[in-house]
Amino acid sequence: MKRVALIGMPNTGKSTLFNRLTGANAKVGNWPGITVDLLSARILLGGDMVQLVDLPGIYDLKGYSEDETVVTDFIAHNRVDVALLILNASQIERQIALFGQIAHLGVPTVLVLNMADEAATLGIRIEADRLSERLGVPVCLVAAKYGKGIEQLLTLVTSALREAKPPAPPSKVLDEQALEAAIKDTVFVPAHASHALTERLDRVLLNSWLGLPIFFGVMFLLFEAVFFVGKPLQDGMNWLLTALRTVALEPLLSGAPPFVTGILLDGVYNGLGTVASFVPLIILFFLCMAIVEDTGYLSRAAFLMDALMSKFGLDGRSFVMILMGFGCNVPALMGTRVMRSRGLRLLTMLVIPLSLCSARLQVFLFFIAALFPPRQAPLVLFSLYLASIGTAMLTSQLFKRRFVNNDPFVLEVPPYRFPTLRQILLRGWHEVGHFLRRATRFIVAGVVLVWLLTNFPAGAAPGSTDTWAGQIGSWLNPVLSPLGIDPKLTIALIFGFVAKEIVIGSLAVIYAREGGALASTIAHQIDWVQAYSFMLFTLIYVPCLSTIATIRSESGSRSFSVLAVGWSVLLAWLASFVFYQTARWYLA
Amino acid sequence: MAPKTLDVLRPGERASIVALAAEPDLYRRLAALGLRAGKQVSLLRRARFSGPLLIRVGTTDIMLRARDARCILVQPESVQRESALPAEAPAS
Repeated sequence: MKRVALIGMPNTGKSTLFNRLTGANAKVGNWPGITVDLLSARILLGGDMVQLVDLPGIYDLKGYSEDETVVTDFIAHNRVDVALLILNASQIERQIALFGQIAHLGVPTVLVLNMADEAATLGIRIEADRLSERLGVPVCLVAAKYGKGIEQLLTLVTSALREAKPPAPPSKVLDEQALEAAIKDTVFVPAHASHALTERLDRVLLNSWLGLPIFFGVMFLLFEAVFFVGKPLQDGMNWLLTALRTVALEPLLSGAPPFVTGILLDGVYNGLGTVASFVPLIILFFLCMAIVEDTGYLSRAAFLMDALMSKFGLDGRSFVMILMGFGCNVPALMGTRVMRSRGLRLLTMLVIPLSLCSARLQVFLFFIAALFPPRQAPLVLFSLYLASIGTAMLTSQLFKRRFVNNDPFVLEVPPYRFPTLRQILLRGWHEVGHFLRRATRFIVAGVVLVWLLTNFPAGAAPGSTDTWAGQIGSWLNPVLSPLGIDPKLTIALIFGFVAKEIVIGSLAVIYAREGGALASTIAHQIDWVQAYSFMLFTLIYVPCLSTIATIRSESGSRSFSVLAVGWSVLLAWLASFVFYQTARWYLA
Repeated sequence: MAPKTLDVLRPGERASIVALAAEPDLYRRLAALGLRAGKQVSLLRRARFSGPLLIRVGTTDIMLRARDARCILVQPESVQRESALPAEAPAS
């Protein structure tokens, strides 16, 4: 089967073009010669099946960054029949250098000038046919976002595959001066071309005083929108799952032994149900991340925050991801893919789990309502947010020398682009699918394990201190009692290891109460100091199995994942210890 | 005027690039984004607290830290302000 590779600089709409050509069929897979996974798909072209591969965006084929070595290694170890070189039609003058480098590889190339619509708006005129003659390769103007020029592109690719003619030999046309001359003769750019709407918006959004508050405001509104849409979806999902269970599954399994019903219903089904029930919220947070990134707003926020972030070994973009983490850590962690420097990426991934996510917020709201008077509640919650930020800053300060950023912070700030619904949905589809495939098995395994631990040995009351989980709670008592965390709360921590969304439900099992009765029972058994210590620990230690699974997959390193988990647990222990002991001493 | 470095320009100023005194990785990145000797560059704005600079080369807007901007030697042009983006000018 013939293979076509998509190559291009970052910000050229390469992924949009890839999606436009392949729809939702693309799959991630690995390839000989490289260690990362690449997106590829098969399409029908001129009667034959052709494989399209999306290579990472690169600035320069001669560079040594991770993405650049992936591209060179891919080409060295895999046959490429046609290369689609994608340039931003408004920036041909600087991007044509990549063509010069690709041509040396001797692979038949089709030059795709994407975002032709933007070039037209800027008043740029491109004589594609003459350019094609000068460069010796087919040239095509497209606007992948709107599907324009795609037909013509596919025709050119089909004939390029058939002819299999490499571009003109290097001596002829491809040195810097010849390329520059070719562009000068065929591409006409008005003197002060600029994007009017972008400039008007940036006057406000990049304003020295207003820019940051506006950014926080926008993010807050986005999160509110997520909950507004997501909560009903989540409730609906829960209702559906419970209904399915009572109407179909329980009757089906009524004859089976309790162990089987237990493990299938309370274990596996519950596990799948846990995943399914928070999927609506996660999808919405993914869409948020996609919107912030694809519109170009992420670059503006990065610009405003880089001064502060760089002091902590991070960069402006890390700030946006850490902020996203306050919604949900998982999309934020996956968003770090835009960072080309491994050191920066890992440091950011180490910090993101410390963001107080919406699942943890649920737990805190419950405890604060149960153990603190209403007037103090906002203050307590605010202090937890401060703790989240404080531990984030501490962590990055401590680890910044270990995870060094070696990629220069020199980034294009693209014009504002409003993604089409289709783009957003497709992107959400790919990323959520990716996450689900990876996290589901972890979570199901985790819930089954927790079920086993809280229901055995047989005869013990589920969730009580007689179960294995309770015994683990007793073993851990010497370590956790200096933090004021008793064995019952320890069991809740074990549940919380799987996902914070199930902590309150687990407390209901542990204390054998629900709702208001649960709150008052807890309030009678522990005091506010113990509650706060528990909340601090919950805030800082591992967020959830989904996060661990994502860290493991995105970093590709088991040792890094162990570090992330180990460090968060250690920091949680230290924070709770210091708080609890200080509070007890002070109040004594 | 003697050549200065990009980081000393003020918002609205334009200059042409004389040379890039950068080590290979940075040099390649700057070149890929269009920052090459002979090209015209203008400073659009600076972030507060010694944050990054936002510059324009041709049709590409780029943000970079002051430390990296110091590697770019430029020859400022006449002090004619770029019309669209005065940093703290009153609304007009």
